[in-house]
Amino acid sequence: MQALQQIKSSFVPLPIENVDTDQIIPARFLKATTRDGFGKNLFRDWRYEQDDETKPKPDFVLNQKVFSGEILVAGKNFGCGSSREHAAWALLDYGFKAVVSSFFADIFKNNALNNGVLPVIVSDDFLAQIFALTATDTLTIDVAAQTITIDSTGAATSFELNPYKKTCLLNGYDDIDFLISQKQSIEKFELEKV
Amino acid sequence: MAQTLFDKIWDAHVVEKIPDGPSVLYIDKHFIHEVTSPQAFKGIEKRGLPLFRPKQTIATADHNVPTLNQHLPIKDQLSKMQVDQLIENCEKHGVELYGLGHPYQGIVHVIGPELGITQPGMTIVCGDSHTSTHGAFGTIAFGIGTSEVEMVFASQCVLQTKPKTMRINIEGNLPNGVVSKDIILYIIVKISASGATGYFVEYAGSTIRSLSMEARMTICNMSIEMGARGGIIAPDEITFNYIKGRTYAPKGADWDKQLANWKKLYSDQDAIFDAEININAAEIAPMITYGTNPGLGMAIDGNIPLTESIPNPGEKKNLEHALTYMGLNSGAALLGMPIQHVFIGSCTNSRIEDLRLVAELVKGRKKHDSVKVMIVPGSQQVAKQVHAEGLDRIFAEAGFQIRQAGCSACLGMNEDKIPAGEYCISTSNRNFEGRQGAGARTLLASPLTAAAAAITGVVTDVRELINHN
Repeated sequence: MQALQQIKSSFVPLPIENVDTDQIIPARFLKATTRDGFGKNLFRDWRYEQDDETKPKPDFVLNQKVFSGEILVAGKNFGCGSSREHAAWALLDYGFKAVVSSFFADIFKNNALNNGVLPVIVSDDFLAQIFALTATDTLTIDVAAQTITIDSTGAATSFELNPYKKTCLLNGYDDIDFLISQKQSIEKFELEKV
Repeated sequence: MAQTLFDKIWDAHVVEKIPDGPSVLYIDKHFIHEVTSPQAFKGIEKRGLPLFRPKQTIATADHNVPTLNQHLPIKDQLSKMQVDQLIENCEKHGVELYGLGHPYQGIVHVIGPELGITQPGMTIVCGDSHTSTHGAFGTIAFGIGTSEVEMVFASQCVLQTKPKTMRINIEGNLPNGVVSKDIILYIIVKISASGATGYFVEYAGSTIRSLSMEARMTICNMSIEMGARGGIIAPDEITFNYIKGRTYAPKGADWDKQLANWKKLYSDQDAIFDAEININAAEIAPMITYGTNPGLGMAIDGNIPLTESIPNPGEKKNLEHALTYMGLNSGAALLGMPIQHVFIGSCTNSRIEDLRLVAELVKGRKKHDSVKVMIVPGSQQVAKQVHAEGLDRIFAEAGFQIRQAGCSACLGMNEDKIPAGEYCISTSNRNFEGRQGAGARTLLASPLTAAAAAITGVVTDVRELINHN
């Protein structure tokens, strides 16, 4: 996993609530056996007419050239539904390093963190402030300080991040390295349990 | 100190608690399927690690499989590759696979319980959000992502932050025509699609105690649809009777020993939950959804809310967006609306009791000419039982198509899909946009309500058909 310390970027606004992982990556694209290449089908059915890449829906934000950046900003309860980690892979592959919302579904949040995509939880009010910005505005997310700042106004807020996960993100560590280091205690636990 | 059922099981599985961090949680059983496991197998191979506890891992092929002509090679090359990859991975790593053609093959959350693998007090995970189903047995069972599947492969543990606990008490007798699917849809509508996020939910009360195991599974299955990490029901005599004698259930002295342990699995009288909700079963009617998340539902004879009546702008926009996709009008009733498809299946409602309920209602009746009806047993064993009980004849006479075991039209991944713009009353768990196929419009309901619509061709209050009988 790649280390993540700071993101300073413009953002892509998606002011829709309850964005489920079936929208992020529809099931018919889950047939791969690797983690690569999911970005081209990110939000597939919102992005294209009749499943046709030559027919982008002009109203959808990923098809509007004025919006770009490494940060997706979405309505509350982002990532609900299916546990498919392909949703996190698709966001990462497309180029997003963080998703900002006022509420995330649990499984998605874990999946995102396990892939170095940072879920940033802000208040409804702060989220509304971001949605009110223009396409040229930028946001700065500082992982160590756990803050997100609207660069043009200087408005900033802190966000929650589990200290363990923060260490992982800042250094690019993953949980498997940690779990393997615990092998002795796991084997001891097994003996005592049985 | 008084403990909840959840706390008892959780605490018994914590190997270590990281200060200011998650716990290392030991996993008793790990179910895997073809879609969310290949990258995890690749992951441990790349790290040069063996599968730590292959004997605690159970595999099946369900998401991608066709539900007709399963004896023939899979036509879709990508699906075939994924199923083949699972076979290869299981062989290489010594994992028991109930693949296509195996008498135990089926939807992962149907076969675990029916084989007696799922037992009270266990921790169970699977790379599938509906793993919450197994909570009906008094287990901590939850869905995980593929990185976490890899963690379990490598260490038989996951790193998890302990969720908060919620108890939902349901008391009283269920009205006529109301079944367990209606209970869970009612709860989700009441607290919303995110109402239990961050919580592990225990379902309790006299209504729950009176339900069969299969009905309890339907309720726990959909816990994730209100955001819950999982659902759990304290095991009781109904649970023990269900498990006893199943293929992998404990036998002899081991059974007695396990049973004694299982009987300790309940929330202590004074246990405190972080949230508690009380529901009167008498208030529940047959339910149906009209929107694009399972929280957007109502009693079958209700009206879709008026968008202008919704004060929260985000929710209002959400409803407008959903109704546009669904081709439905704010304020409208659904009763009498024509539907084109009925899907009876999925890990929510494809067990033998579900199919018996349907058979009882449709016996001697025929489906409406304008409706296509798919009935998809959850496992090979369920299919066998359908045949043994002669339910297949009832379905055939009614004009229902009986297919073979798999996830089928629940998720628009295999061949079974609903065409764009058409309406499907489905016994599955998700009505998301495109869930049953790009552009498909899903109305979630119970097997009874689905069967009623199959007969009439329109959204129907099943109570009218029952009273008419």
